[in-house]
Amino acid sequence: MQGARQQSRAPLLPGATALALATAYLIALLAVEKQSFIIGLLLVAIVAVLAANWLGWLAPVSRSFIDHEDTLGGLTILAAFAVAAFFHDNHFVLLLVVTVLLYTVATLGLNIQFGYAGVLNFAGASFFGIGAYTSSVLNAHTAVPHLLVLPIGGLLAASIGSLLLLPVLRTRGHYAALVTIAFALLLRTFLEVNDVLGGPQGMQVKGMKILGWSFNDNIEIGKIALSFYMSYFVMSMVLLVGAFILVRRLERSWIGLNLDSLRLDETAAGCFGLDIARWKITAFLLGNFLIGTAGALFGMVGGFVAPNNYTFAESLILGSILLLGGIGNPWGLVVATIVVVVVPEKLQTIQEYRFLLYVLVFIAMLLSRPEGLLPRPVRRYFPGWRP
Amino acid sequence: MTPLLEARGLTKKFGGVMALDHLDLAIAPQEILGLIGPNGSGKTTFFNVATGIYGADEGRVTFDGADVTNATPQAIYHAGISRTFQRSRLSLPLSIFDNIMIGNHKRLTQGLWFNLMRRSDLEREFEASYRAARALVEVFEPQLAERMFEPVAGLPMIDRRRIEICRALIGRPRLLLLDEPSAGMTHDETNELMDDILQVRDANKDLTIIIVEHEMGVIERITDRCVVLNFGRKIAEGPYRQVAADRHVQEAYLGVA
Repeated sequence: MQGARQQSRAPLLPGATALALATAYLIALLAVEKQSFIIGLLLVAIVAVLAANWLGWLAPVSRSFIDHEDTLGGLTILAAFAVAAFFHDNHFVLLLVVTVLLYTVATLGLNIQFGYAGVLNFAGASFFGIGAYTSSVLNAHTAVPHLLVLPIGGLLAASIGSLLLLPVLRTRGHYAALVTIAFALLLRTFLEVNDVLGGPQGMQVKGMKILGWSFNDNIEIGKIALSFYMSYFVMSMVLLVGAFILVRRLERSWIGLNLDSLRLDETAAGCFGLDIARWKITAFLLGNFLIGTAGALFGMVGGFVAPNNYTFAESLILGSILLLGGIGNPWGLVVATIVVVVVPEKLQTIQEYRFLLYVLVFIAMLLSRPEGLLPRPVRRYFPGWRP
Repeated sequence: MTPLLEARGLTKKFGGVMALDHLDLAIAPQEILGLIGPNGSGKTTFFNVATGIYGADEGRVTFDGADVTNATPQAIYHAGISRTFQRSRLSLPLSIFDNIMIGNHKRLTQGLWFNLMRRSDLEREFEASYRAARALVEVFEPQLAERMFEPVAGLPMIDRRRIEICRALIGRPRLLLLDEPSAGMTHDETNELMDDILQVRDANKDLTIIIVEHEMGVIERITDRCVVLNFGRKIAEGPYRQVAADRHVQEAYLGVA
C-alpha cells in the first residue's frame, strides 16, 4: 500500500496562481506613492494571507511549490523580470529590487551557516561590507576584470572570516554568537581609523564594466529608455539564481544531512563519524563567500562604501530576514527579504519607527508562528523521485 | 578466542566519584553480553568511555586488538562500534530516512564537488542507500518502511527506538552497544523489539552486542552472559541464572540483608 499521497503530484495551478497574484501585488506596492494607499495595500496583504491561511489555501500552494519547484522557479525568474520591465526607467524602484536580490543572496549565505549548520553569525553585514570594500579597492587600483571582482570579494570575506574559525569552533551557541558580534565591532573600528580605506567617510566604488560595457550608463533600445540599474538587475538575478541552486543542492545532499545532524545533536553526530569541525568550517566559509560576493556587487551598485553602512544593526536585519522567512527554506527567504527591505522603504512615515516595527513583528511572529512564514519541509533529495 | 572488545583497569572519575573503578571486561566475537547493575553503577559511563565521548582516566580499551583508549567518537565509529542512547537522541525534525542515514556516514560519499555537481552519481548512491535502509526498517516494522520520508517527531516511542537501532545497524558495525532499549516502552513492545534484534542478529552472525538493561526478562532471554557492575566495579560475571543467584548481586540490588 503505497499511500496515494506519496504517489500523485500536487497540481501546479495553486502555486502559479499565488505567484501571479504576488507579482501583481508587488508591482502595485512598488508603483503606489501615496502613504495612505500603501498602508491600505499592506493591510490588504495581511488580511488576505490570514484569510487564505484560515481557508486552508496556503497548504496547496506550498505543496505545488514542493512538487514543481523547477517550473515555479523558472516562473519566479520571469516574474522578477516582469517587475523590472514594468519599472524599466525608474531608478528608485530598480535600486530597491536590486537591493532585495542581493540581500537575498546574503541571507542564503547566513542560511547555510545558521539554518543548516546552526552556527550563529551576527557579523553578516560585516562580511557584506568586506565584499563592498573589495570592489572599491580593486576597481580603483587594479585592472582585475569586474566579473572576477565578485568572487574575489567572496573569497576575501571567507578568508577574513576564517580568523573567527578557532573561537567559533571552541565555543557553542550564544558564546559563538558573541565572538561574531565582537568581530563586527572590531572590523568597524578598523575601517574607521584606517585612512587608506577612506576612514569614517568611506570611499567611492567604480561602477561595473564588462568588456567595455559600462553598467552605469542608461540603456536605449530603439525608443525605450532603460535605467542603468537594469544591467545591475540582470547581474544580481544571475547571482541570486546561482546562489539559490547552490543552496538547494547543498541541502539535498549528504552534506545537507551532515549540517542538519550537527546542528540538532553534535554528540550523536560525532558518534556516527561526523567530523564536526570540518562541516562547521565548510558551512561558515561557504556562507561568508556568498555574503561577500553579494556585497561586492552591492558596493558597485551603490557606488559608495562606508563603515556606517555595515553595522551590527544591519546584521540584525539580515538575521531577522532568516527568522521571518522560515529558517532553512530558501523560498521563505525571498519572501521575507521583500517584506523587510521593501516595506520600510515604501512606508516613509514609519522610517523612524522601523526598529520598533521590526521588534513588534518578530515578537508576534515568534509567538504565533515560530517556524517562520514558510516553514522548511522535510528534505527530499531528488524531488521528482518516488520510491 | 581473542576478545573483540576488552577493557583493562578502566577508570573514570567524576570529581570524587569513581564512575568506573579499574574495570576489567571482555566480550568475545558474536557474543551477546548483558551489562547490568543498579542505577549509577557505571553502565552508561562504560559505553561513553568505550565510544570516546569521555576520556578514560586510567586503563586501556582495545577493539579487535587495536588500542582505542581515548580515541575520538569518530574513529571508534569507523573502527566498527555503533551505539544507541539511553534517552533517545534522534534528530526529531528530520525524516526517518535522514536519521538512519546519519548512521550510514562512512558509506556515503562526502566530497563537496560530488554532492553539489555529480547529481546523477549522488542519485544512484541515494537509491542504493534507500533500498538498504528500507530493507532494514522492514525487519523491524514493515509499516514504518512506507513512511521513510516523514519526520521522526510524529512517531511513538517504540518506533523511535526501532529507528535508533536501525541507525546504529545501517553502517554494519561489528559491535553494537544498546543502552536500555526498553526504556519508556511497555512489556509487549519490549518483547517485540527484542525479537527484531534477535532476527537481525540471526541474519548477521558476526554481530556482537552489549546490552544495558533493567528489564531482567530481556536479559535472561537474549544474553549469553552477564557482567554485573556496582560502584564502577565488576561484582559478578557469568550466565544470567548464575549471576542472579549470586549473593553479592542480590546485595547490590536489594541492599545488605
